[in-house]
Amino acid sequence: MSVSQPSSPFVLALSAALALTLSWPAGAAKPEEGEVNLYSARKEELIKPLLDRFTDRTGIRVNLVTGNAEALLQRLQSEGINSPADLLITVDAGNLHRAKEAGVTQALSSEAMAGVSESYRDPEGHWVGLSLRARPILYARDRVEPGQLSTYEDLADPRWKGRICIRSSDNLYNQSMVASMIAADGVESAERWTSGLVANLARPPQGGDRDQIKAAALGQCDLAIANTYYLAGMLDSEDPAERDPARAMGVFWPNQEGQGDGRGVHVNVSGVALTKAARHPAEAIRLIAFLLAPESQAWYAEANGEYPVREGIDISPTLAGWGDFKADTLNLGRLGELNGEAVRVMDRAGWK
Amino acid sequence: MSIQLELRDVSVALGDRTIVRDIDFSLQTGSIACLLGPSGCGKTTLLRAIAGFEPIASGEIRLHGSTVSRPGETLPPERRHIGMLFQDFALFPHLSVAGNLGFGLRDRSGPARRARIDELLELIGLRDAQHRYPHELSGGMQQRVALARAIAPRPQALLLDEPFSSLDPERREQLAREVREMLKRERMTAVLVTHDQLEAFAMADEIGVMSEGRIRQWGSGFDLYHEPADRFVADFIGQGARLPATVIDPRRVATELGEIQGAKPHGLAPGQAAELLIRPDDLMHDPTSPIRAVILERDFRGAAFLYRLRLPSGAEVLSLAPSHEDHNIGDRIGIRPAMSHLVLFAGA
Amino acid sequence: MEIALSGAPAETGRRVAIPLGGPGPRLLIGGLALLLSLPVLVVLGSLLAPDAEAWRHLAATVLPDYVANSLLLMLGVGLGTLVIGVGAAWLTTMCRFPGRRLFEWALLLPMAMPAYIIAYTYTGLLDFAGPVQTTLRAWTGWGHGDYWFPTIRSLPGAVLMLTLVLYPYVYLLTRAAFLSQSLAVLEVSRTLGNGAWRTFLRVALPLARPAIVAGLTLALMETLADYGAVQYFGVSTFTTGIFRTWLGLGNPVAAAQLSALLLTFVLTLILLERWSRRQARYHQAGQRHQPIRGYRLSGWRALGAFVFCLVPLLLGFLLPAAQLGAWSLSVAGTGLDAGFMRLTLHSVGLAAGASLLALVVALLFAYAQRLDPSRTVQLGARLAGMGYAVPGTVIAIGVMIPFAWLDNGFDGWMRATFGVSSGLLLSGTLFALLFAYLARFLSVSLQTLESGLTRIRPAMDEAARSLGLRPHQVLWRVHVPMLRGSLLTALLLVFVDVIKELPATLVLRPFNFNTLAVRAYELASDERLAEAGPAALAIVAAGLLPVILLSRSISRSRHVHSA
Repeated sequence: MSVSQPSSPFVLALSAALALTLSWPAGAAKPEEGEVNLYSARKEELIKPLLDRFTDRTGIRVNLVTGNAEALLQRLQSEGINSPADLLITVDAGNLHRAKEAGVTQALSSEAMAGVSESYRDPEGHWVGLSLRARPILYARDRVEPGQLSTYEDLADPRWKGRICIRSSDNLYNQSMVASMIAADGVESAERWTSGLVANLARPPQGGDRDQIKAAALGQCDLAIANTYYLAGMLDSEDPAERDPARAMGVFWPNQEGQGDGRGVHVNVSGVALTKAARHPAEAIRLIAFLLAPESQAWYAEANGEYPVREGIDISPTLAGWGDFKADTLNLGRLGELNGEAVRVMDRAGWK
Repeated sequence: MSIQLELRDVSVALGDRTIVRDIDFSLQTGSIACLLGPSGCGKTTLLRAIAGFEPIASGEIRLHGSTVSRPGETLPPERRHIGMLFQDFALFPHLSVAGNLGFGLRDRSGPARRARIDELLELIGLRDAQHRYPHELSGGMQQRVALARAIAPRPQALLLDEPFSSLDPERREQLAREVREMLKRERMTAVLVTHDQLEAFAMADEIGVMSEGRIRQWGSGFDLYHEPADRFVADFIGQGARLPATVIDPRRVATELGEIQGAKPHGLAPGQAAELLIRPDDLMHDPTSPIRAVILERDFRGAAFLYRLRLPSGAEVLSLAPSHEDHNIGDRIGIRPAMSHLVLFAGA
Repeated sequence: MEIALSGAPAETGRRVAIPLGGPGPRLLIGGLALLLSLPVLVVLGSLLAPDAEAWRHLAATVLPDYVANSLLLMLGVGLGTLVIGVGAAWLTTMCRFPGRRLFEWALLLPMAMPAYIIAYTYTGLLDFAGPVQTTLRAWTGWGHGDYWFPTIRSLPGAVLMLTLVLYPYVYLLTRAAFLSQSLAVLEVSRTLGNGAWRTFLRVALPLARPAIVAGLTLALMETLADYGAVQYFGVSTFTTGIFRTWLGLGNPVAAAQLSALLLTFVLTLILLERWSRRQARYHQAGQRHQPIRGYRLSGWRALGAFVFCLVPLLLGFLLPAAQLGAWSLSVAGTGLDAGFMRLTLHSVGLAAGASLLALVVALLFAYAQRLDPSRTVQLGARLAGMGYAVPGTVIAIGVMIPFAWLDNGFDGWMRATFGVSSGLLLSGTLFALLFAYLARFLSVSLQTLESGLTRIRPAMDEAARSLGLRPHQVLWRVHVPMLRGSLLTALLLVFVDVIKELPATLVLRPFNFNTLAVRAYELASDERLAEAGPAALAIVAAGLLPVILLSRSISRSRHVHSA
C-alpha cells in the first residue's frame, strides 16, 4: 500500500518520535528478582511513602499503577493468568470481595494476616485489611448537643429535616454505608431509612466529604456524614479555610452499646489481595507484612487519619481526641455482596 | 435626460498610496460607461469608491443629485441604492436562483416581490431554473442571475466589475451584448470596469481609458481608436506601431514609408519631429512598391493574415493582408501606406 | 461543465474519482477502521446480551434523570457555545475595536482548561465555604439562609463550566470559516441594501453553517463524554450513570448498554454533522482575498464588543488560572520537584506521540476518502471517528478487553506450540494507551483534515497525476504543502485534548507512569484542591503554547487558502 508509507524525512521523524514515546522508560512488567507489582486504588500520595520505605529496607522494587478499584479489577480480570500484578490494593472491602468472587485472588496464610481482627479480613484469606476508615456522624458543636444523637437509624427521624449534609450516592462510602444498613436491618427497613434520610437533607448531594463538613460548620446544615480522615486532614491543615470549619465540628460515634442495636460505627477498610497470577508471591507477602507492621499501621493514622486494623497501635493525638469507639463487627465482605442492592435502594429512594 | 452619476476631482487613497486621482466625469440617466485599463490602473478601486466600499480622499461623488461621498463622509453601500456585479458573480451559494433574486427585495410585500422575481426570471430566461442552486448552473447562467439580482431593487446605478472575465472569450461579446440590451431595456445607468477593449466596445456608450490612476481619454470606442489622445491610448486601444516622422506642412509628414498626406490638418508645426501611428489596416501589400519589408511573424486570422514586418531602418510595423496571399517568414514583400487620417504625436 | 470556472463552488464540491487501484487499499482502510472502532464495537456488542431486570430498574429509577439531564446539558452548552463562539468569531473577524487583536488569539485560551479543573476552581471560589461567599457574609453579617446565592454545583453550573471551556471549538471553526468567506458575497449583500448586522444574519451566518455545526458537534460530543465536571457537580448524566451502573450496581453489561444508548445519541449528532457537511455548496472560497477592512466600532458599540469578548476570556481562563496560581503559591515548594518534571514530560510526550499518530492516520483516511468515494471507505472513516463522543473510561475498557484477549490468545498458542510464554505484549503498555487516544481523538484530526482537503480543488490532483505523480506523491508534494494550516490545526487540537485527557490514562497507563492530569485528579478527588493546583496549572500551561500557535495559524490561513 503506497498511500500509507510516503517515504520522506518527515515521516521518519514522526516514526522516531513515536518510537521514543513507546520506549519510554516506564514499564516494569517483566518478572525479575526483587520486584513486586502493585495495582492500587489508594492514591499515590497515600501509599508511595510507605512503598519507598519498604524498598529502602528490603531492596525490593515496587512498581505501581493507581486507579479506580473497579477499573483495576477489570484490568486484572481481562489480563488473566498473564497479569503482571502481584497485589491489588483497594480503599474498600467491597471491591476486594468482588476480586475474590471474580477468581483473580489467592488465599494468604493466616501468618501473613496475623494480628488483624477477623472482621477485617476474608474468612478464607483472600484479602486482608490494611487500615480502618470510620464513617461516623459529625455535628456542628454550636448547634447540636451530642446527647441529641444516637444511631444512624435515628437520622431518618423528621426532627432532622433540612439539617443533614451528605455527598452523592455515586460515592462508594455511601454505598457501603447503605449496604451495612441492609445487613443490619434488612432491605425494606434500609429503604425506608434511606428515603427518610433523603427527606432530611439540607441540600441536594454535591461535593465531597470535606464539603459536607464545611457546609455544616458554616451553617448550611447541622450534621454531616463523612469519613473521619477528611476531618483529620482539615484539622491538620495550615489553611484556615480548611482548619477553622473542622474545629467547629464534633465527632459522634453512633450505634454504640445502649444505642439501638449497638452494632457499632460503620467502618470500611482499605485492604490488599494477592493475585492468582502473582509472579512474585514471596516479595508480595513481604510487602503485606510490612504494611501490617506496627510502624506502617501508625503511619496511616499519622499521615491520613485512618485507624489501624490491629490492636495496640498508637494513634495520633487528633484521632485520640475523638475517643474510642466500637466498630461494626459485620464481616466487610458482606458489604461487597450487598453493594448492588444498596445502589438500587438508593436509586429508588431518589438519593441523587 | 438628467445627470445620474457625477464624479468631480475624485481621488482615492489606500493607506498612504493614492491609487486614483482627479477623476471627473458624469453620466446621463440610462447611459453605459466603461472604465478601461490594464490591471493595476485603479479602475476597480474607483468602482468600489462609487459603490461606497472605499472612502475618497478628495473631490465628490454625486448620485441622482445628492452627494454620497466626499472626504470624511461616506454613505454606506447599503444606503446608496447601487447595484454591483462582481467578477466571480458572488452568488449566495446557500440560496436558490429565486432566493438570490429576492435577496435585495426585502422591503417589498410578498406578492410584489414575487412579481419582480418573475419579471426578472423572464428577463434572463431562467424561469425553469428558479429553484436550482448556483453550483448547478453554467457560468453564463450564473452571470445572468448575478445581473438580475443586482438590478432587482431598481438601483440608481449598476456597477460591473470585470463581469465577463471568468467566461470563455467566444461567449464574452455575445453576453456583453445581451447584458447591454437588458440594461437598456431597464434604462439602467451603468459603469463597467474591464481590461478587455472588445468587451468595452460591445457594452459601453462611452469609455474612459485609465492608466496609473488617471483617466487619459474619455469618448466613444470609435474616437478612442481613431483619435487617441496620447501614446498610451494609441497603444492600448487596437493594434499598431509608431513610426518616426517629420512634419512637412500642415497636412503632410515624411516617414520611412515616404510622404503621407492626411485629409485634415494635423496641427503640428513644419519641421517638428513626431511619431505617426500606423494601424495594421493602414498598410497595403503592393508587390510593385519600392518599400520592402521582411516578414518576422505571421498570424493567421481566418480572412486575413496579420504580419509583423521589419523595415530597412529596423523599425517594426504591423500589416493586415488577405489570407489568399500567402508569404513565408523571412520573405521580403512590398508595402504601401494607405491612409487619409493621420494620428501624430509630437516628439520622437 | 460548459464553462470552466476557477474556484467556483460546483467544482470544489466534486470528488476526485481516481480509483485507488485494486481492493488492497480498500481492505486496508476498512481493516484499520475496524481496528480503531474496536473499542466502540466491544461496547455495542454488549447489546446482544440483554439484561431485562437491570433495565427495568434503571428505567424505573434513574434513567429518566440521565436522559433529561444529558439533554438539558447539551441544550444549555449548545446555546452557550453558539452565542459566545459565533459572536466572538464575528466580532474579532469583521469588526475593529480596541483589544481585538489580543482577543483574536486569547479567546482560544480556555481550550487549555480541562472541564474538571475549571469545575474544581469555581467550586473553590463560589461554594458556600469559598472566598466569595465568605467575604459576602463577612461584609454583610449574613448567615446561612439569609441570602440567596447561585449554587455552582448544579445543572446550570455544569452548563456554565462546560460552555466556558468548550466555546473555543465553535469560535475556532467559525472564525476560520468567516476568514475564508468571499468578501464579494458580503459586499453584494451590502449593495443590496443590507447593513453590517443584516449581512451577518442573512449571508455570513448561513455560509458559515457547516463550520458552526462542526464546532458545535465537537463541543456537544465533549459535553456528552464529560465525566469529571458533572460528577463533581453531582449532576447525573448518561456518562455518570454508566459509571454508577458499572461500579455501583456492579453490572458492566448494563453499563455497556447505557454506553450503547449514549452512542446512538452520538450517532445522531454525527449524522447531523454529515448532513450539513454534504451541502458542499456552502464551501465557497473567494478568489480574491482582500484584507478585511472591518467595521470600525466606536463608543458604546466598541465597549459592548470589548465586554462580549472579555467575559468568556475572563471567566473561562483568567479567573480560574488565577485561582490555580493562588493555590499553587499556597503550596509552593511541596510538589515542584524532579517528579513533577517527569509528570510534565510524560504528559507532553504522550500528547506529542498521540497527536502525530492521529495526524498520520487521519491523513490516510481523509486522503483515501478523496481518492475513493466508495461506501466502504466512507463508512470506514465514520466508524473510525466514532470514539470521540464515548467517555474515556469506556474507550479504555474497550481497548483493555480485546488487547488482553489477543495477548492471552497468543500466549496460549505460544505455550502450546513452543512451550514458552509470551506474556502480555500489548496490555499495560504505552502502545495500548496511544491506541486508546487514537480511537478517542481521531475524529478531531480527521474532521480538520477533511474540511481542509475539500478546499483543494480536484483539478490540483488531476494536474499532478497528469504530470506523472503517483497518488502518494500527489499527497506529499501537492496536498501536504497546501494543507499545512489544517495539518497544524489537527496536530494541535489532539495535542491539547490528550494533555487534558484523564479517564483512559488512568485506566490504561503502565506501571510507575503518571501524568499531570492523573496527579491533579488524584489530589483533587481526595479533596485537596490547593495541592492539585500546580499540576492543574501545568496542564493549562502545557496546553497554552499549542493553543496560541493554533490561533496564529488561523490568522494566517487566509494566505494558505488563497494559494
